[in-house]
Amino acid sequence: MADDKDVLRDVWFGRIPTCFTLNQDEVTEREAEPYYLLLPRVSYLTLVTDKVKKHFLKVMKAEDVEEMWFEYEGTPLKWHYPIGVLFDLHASNTVLPWSITVHFKNFPDRDLLHCPSSSVIEAHFMSSIKEADALKHKSQVVNDMQKKDHKQLWMGLQNDKFDQFWAMNRKLMEYSTEDGGFRYIPFRIYQTMSDRPFIQKLFRPVSPEGNVHTLGDLLKEMYPTALPNDEPLAGTLDQLKSSPTTTTTTTTTTPPCMSDTGALIPPPTP
Amino acid sequence: MPVSLLWAVDVYGRVYSLSTAGQQWEQCHDTQMEFKRVAAAQQCCWGIACDNNIYLNVHASDLPVRYQEETYENQRWNPVDGFSERLLPSDRWQWSDVTGLQHQPMDSFQLPSRSWEWEGDWYADENFEGEPTEKGGWSYAIDFPATYTKDKKWNSCVRRRRWLRYRRYKAMDTWAKIPSQQSSLPDPFSDISCGGWEINEEPRGRLSLWAVSLQGKVWFREGIYHHNPEGCLWEEVPLPGEVVQISCGPEDLVWAVLWEGQLIVREGVGRDCPKGTSWTVVDSPSPGVGAIHVAVGNNVVWALTKDNKVWFRRGVNSHNPCGSGWLNMVGEMIMVNVGLNDQVFAISCEDRAVYFRQGVTSSELSGKTWKAITVPRDRDRSHSSASTNSLQSAGCYFCGEVRAQSVVSDVESDTEKVSTDGASCLVAFTSPESFADAPTDLSDQPDETPKPRIPKVTSDSFISELVSDRGPGKTAAGSAAPAVLEEETCISAEGDSCAGVALSPSQSGGPLDPQWSNVDLEEAQAQTGAVLDTAETSSLSSVATYTLAIEDQYVVDEHPLWAWVSGGGCSVDSHSQLSWFNCSLNTSSLIQSVQSMSLSVTPAQTAAWRKQIFEQLSERTRREIDNFRHFEQAIEQSVWVKKGTMQWWRDWKPHKWIDVHFALEQFSGPEGNKDGILFIYYNFCEEKKYLHAFVNEVTILVPVLSDSKHTFAIYTPERTKQRWPIRLAAATELEMHDWLALLSMSCCDSRGIHGPPSKQAIWSITCKGDIFVSEPSPSLEAMPYPTPCDQMFWRQVGGHLRMVECNSVGIVWGIGYDHTAWVYTGGYGGGFFQGLASSTDNIYTQSDVKSVYIYENQRWNPVTGYTNRGLPTDRYMWSDASGLQECSKTNTKPPSPQWTWVSDWAIDYSVSGGTDREGWQYAADFPASYHGYKTMKDFVRRRRWARKCKLTTTGPWQEIPPIPLSDVTILPCAAQSNVDVVPLWAISNKGDVLCRLGVTTLTPAGSSWLHVGTDQPFKSISIGAASQVWAIAKDGSAFYRGSVSSQSPAGDSWYHIPSPSKQKLKQVSVGRTSLYAVDENGNLWYRQGQTPRYPQGSSWEHISNNVRKVSVGPLDQVWIIADKVQGSHSLSCGTVCHRLGVQPMEPKGQSWDYGIGGGWDHITVRGNSIEPLRVHLSPQTDPSTQVSRSPLPVRNTEFNSNAVGS
Repeated sequence: MADDKDVLRDVWFGRIPTCFTLNQDEVTEREAEPYYLLLPRVSYLTLVTDKVKKHFLKVMKAEDVEEMWFEYEGTPLKWHYPIGVLFDLHASNTVLPWSITVHFKNFPDRDLLHCPSSSVIEAHFMSSIKEADALKHKSQVVNDMQKKDHKQLWMGLQNDKFDQFWAMNRKLMEYSTEDGGFRYIPFRIYQTMSDRPFIQKLFRPVSPEGNVHTLGDLLKEMYPTALPNDEPLAGTLDQLKSSPTTTTTTTTTTPPCMSDTGALIPPPTP
Repeated sequence: MPVSLLWAVDVYGRVYSLSTAGQQWEQCHDTQMEFKRVAAAQQCCWGIACDNNIYLNVHASDLPVRYQEETYENQRWNPVDGFSERLLPSDRWQWSDVTGLQHQPMDSFQLPSRSWEWEGDWYADENFEGEPTEKGGWSYAIDFPATYTKDKKWNSCVRRRRWLRYRRYKAMDTWAKIPSQQSSLPDPFSDISCGGWEINEEPRGRLSLWAVSLQGKVWFREGIYHHNPEGCLWEEVPLPGEVVQISCGPEDLVWAVLWEGQLIVREGVGRDCPKGTSWTVVDSPSPGVGAIHVAVGNNVVWALTKDNKVWFRRGVNSHNPCGSGWLNMVGEMIMVNVGLNDQVFAISCEDRAVYFRQGVTSSELSGKTWKAITVPRDRDRSHSSASTNSLQSAGCYFCGEVRAQSVVSDVESDTEKVSTDGASCLVAFTSPESFADAPTDLSDQPDETPKPRIPKVTSDSFISELVSDRGPGKTAAGSAAPAVLEEETCISAEGDSCAGVALSPSQSGGPLDPQWSNVDLEEAQAQTGAVLDTAETSSLSSVATYTLAIEDQYVVDEHPLWAWVSGGGCSVDSHSQLSWFNCSLNTSSLIQSVQSMSLSVTPAQTAAWRKQIFEQLSERTRREIDNFRHFEQAIEQSVWVKKGTMQWWRDWKPHKWIDVHFALEQFSGPEGNKDGILFIYYNFCEEKKYLHAFVNEVTILVPVLSDSKHTFAIYTPERTKQRWPIRLAAATELEMHDWLALLSMSCCDSRGIHGPPSKQAIWSITCKGDIFVSEPSPSLEAMPYPTPCDQMFWRQVGGHLRMVECNSVGIVWGIGYDHTAWVYTGGYGGGFFQGLASSTDNIYTQSDVKSVYIYENQRWNPVTGYTNRGLPTDRYMWSDASGLQECSKTNTKPPSPQWTWVSDWAIDYSVSGGTDREGWQYAADFPASYHGYKTMKDFVRRRRWARKCKLTTTGPWQEIPPIPLSDVTILPCAAQSNVDVVPLWAISNKGDVLCRLGVTTLTPAGSSWLHVGTDQPFKSISIGAASQVWAIAKDGSAFYRGSVSSQSPAGDSWYHIPSPSKQKLKQVSVGRTSLYAVDENGNLWYRQGQTPRYPQGSSWEHISNNVRKVSVGPLDQVWIIADKVQGSHSLSCGTVCHRLGVQPMEPKGQSWDYGIGGGWDHITVRGNSIEPLRVHLSPQTDPSTQVSRSPLPVRNTEFNSNAVGS
């Protein structure tokens, strides 16, 4: 009998083996060795690649170095997406380790946000947390937290401290029994082949008739093409559950049970 | 939020500060005298003392206040002497300033005040314009004044060098008198206000200090900045009238109140002119009633009128310092102060409490509501902690020790205040120890505590209050020096002779004793009535001797009366989380947490889809990580620190709660296991110190029963030996639960303990009803060197029980205070353990109800019969059972904040000894044995009142309705046994013996009760490993149940076994073969002579006294709850003890090993069937260990039978 904690841990400790190679066009003093890392799925690229930067800077001249950015098979990788989302979105078919190209020049301003320091990531992360809580609890929980609690969430993410993070995040994931769930489920459906980067709408955990919504209901409403067409929805709950991960060839990917914030959506009760 | 201070003065002139992170007002201990007013800035606090001098208290910081003095030595060259001090008559002084115009010999430099000290002697500056010079630091020039160079040239006729000396401001964190300029200040100051630090950032630390003299003149202090915190001189500011009070904001606002009731506003205050240029008059808010007080901030003005109404000025800003109009606000205040960020503090007219204006933001400057700051004062706390013991009857931790010490604590805290410097402080600490250590035993207390000392303290303050009653007249006459006043105090007190106690200690303690003299005249008048009242009550009580001391102890939270507050140094805003208001305890957080539990307690957890998600995650992990484990982790694991503030019951005497910083540092240990260190940072004699404990040494975290604070204790083996845990108190219940959950998880992680307790676990219950469980190691019962039981690690399991029993196949039953039976569900966590520290299923809501009892006492007198007027020596007319604590219907609280009242007070007729129809019990005198009818010899009577309270929590327990139980026992089978149905016996609340059918490991709750007939009600029962059932009847005798077997689970008949002579047994426990019983006088008895053929045994053998409960396990191991155990630091009641030396050939063992406690109520070791590892030390011990294999050694051949079949 597994506990919820097991799911939380597995989500948190999800790692993607990655091989970083320096872009061929970069000017180096000697050949740059590739660099291998296990990247946490629940984190941001620019937050966990200090070692990568340090590694490549050793072979480069300071004047050749501008802001570091990453690219996979010609696609600049948006650092403000969680790493797990980036991988599932762009590279879920790839042979592991995931091969990422590192650039220090020609920053693609049109595609990527600049990330001058980790405080930018922190701001982005906290705004995501707040946005999610606005949907979940009308921001009541996050506003009741103290500054140091916010810091603890961030430090937990930054230092990969599951307990530290969840000691706080637990509060964000609670709801009273009377409410029966969050006000709205915070979610984003990321897509690569569309003008809009992601789908995000209000979605209640419970239908007006009082039935508890499932992830399948959500996809059916928000992104029906992600679902297998030939089978009736009601009877394929298990397939619905698995669809995001098994249909990674499609353009849509939601990491199971994970919102953009890295916060776990409680598994909808069937 | 950096920690900053709110300052206040009470009506006795004592100065207190309250930290934004603190939970209590800390008295400013170095104060030599009383203060009238204080004005705080962030770096310092100014005050007017009762001697009408101005004092400054500069807060110590990392940045020393240091000032460089310099002077120049000038020399001229002449052909005879070379360079010499002989200068031309037209030259400058030989010692001068840099310009040469000012004569400045070295000895003309004086320290500006006694608050400064020289850092060293003068030395020549050998640097010149940033470059080193040749020796001596000379620089050369053709003539004075000219360009100086460091090189000597052919035409260098003059030279000079600079001498430097540093002085340092030494009076940090203490009140230092600002030297007065008698010439220019004929009249003393009556008000002071500082601000202006935001007008001009340069020079650093610049302040505007405004003062008002008694004659109504206003003065401005020039030259205050960081290097000169005292400023240089007072400058009078011309006025349009006579000012009574002034207020200066952080920026350019300065307002003052005139005698006539109008207000004046200073115009032209700015960067270049902090003093401003002119005054503008603003009318009083209320036409008929003049203004009496004003307070300004950055953009706000608050005022009070003489009728105590509060007014807010609209439209104030730096362009329009006069504002546009007045708004009347709610509340009646006697003073108001605006601190940083325009936050407002006020003192209420009604109760003299400090109020904080809530909801003041830059968009809503007038705020929303007044909220009283309810934290107690430093001294109150030691009282209230003492009052913790008042609930002894309800079961309290550390009963013995705290009580004994708390009686002394008040005396000591006064002694402490007497001592002003560190050295004498230490002396004061050590001297009372001699008597404070002695009365550790409760019964000793009345004799040992120095009676004369305690009344001395009370009468002392009582006298000063009497004096203060007369005080205003004297002090109004003039500013008498405190020393003089002090003498007057003594004389008048002795003249009074209403308390003929030696007053010598009061003299030294005098300056800090409550005194009236310093308080403003107007306030004095307001307070006279109140003082008279206190004087009267104390004169009444001062007649009594011993009870007085107790009363003095338990006069909790005497409401502080405040005279002045200053928030100028207090950095709060509307978002600050302050623990100033949390004293009213609530249980809402628990209810909330109970609700939130349901998040994880859904049946969905076990649903198939969840399983599938989990499997997919595991599959993903396999796919993505398993082959790449050798890759470097992107984030290195580092130290994680969680910090907070708490209060700590300090280790040294006088024991009291002090504010501390608390931190838990967690890191990965060498083998990848997690570990951590706890730090408690405290101040001792102004020095920062800390105490630490390694998480892997912590043996238990126990919530402590307290009616007023959220406290818990941390034990290590060392602290267990001392019987002196680290006791901490959190500001709120939620905060305590957060810390406990976190610490507990950290401790479990460091020991690698996860999930539910094992089947072999040892369960115990504290007198608070908290459930703890410990995993026994194989060496726990080892011979001859078992694990010392103070090293056992205990973790808490959610729920609330009075007793718990288990066996070695994992069946655990519990009984609540309300006699409800509960069965353990196999989960863990619950209560405040949420999320990760708790299992997600098998957690249910659990509630418990218990009664709190108080006694109404009456004495008979010939005129009116029984009345509630006792003799002066009598106990309280409303008291606890002992009569030592006053317990009235209104002041008696539920045992802890977790409990809430669910009924009203009702007379309890079910008291042992019986009662009359109104519930009274009579006796000749207090304390005596009571009976339920009145006789001629009875002069006192009492009756018991009961009130029910209820607690709701969660835990891995499910109720077994419907029969309420008082005892339960489960067959302690060996772990390997495959008994399908496990015998379980119980005693119902009414004393019926019951046998539970259908109990198996799969259905631990069983199916139904089988009633076993008895001649009389029973109270305790136990079943041994060989199905031997023993029970204790209500009359104190023992019974053995014959022929119990798996075929006949209820047996056939009872055999009566007489109790030990003159003793009434109360509890029994049977192990594999051993049987132990405890009697009502705390004696532990072993049943001699039991054999398989004659299981009733032959006689009782006395083993030990001071035993409250016994548990004998399946290895015949014996564990008890001992009533009194002396540790190195204190005594504890309710301690877990382990019998050492128990062997098959020696089932009685040899001695006790002391474990966790006090405060424990119950233990069961009947699950621990882990055979100890056999240690073969020497051939001599071998025979015995071999024999030990035989389950039932036939050893006793004497059969002096006295068993009778029933």
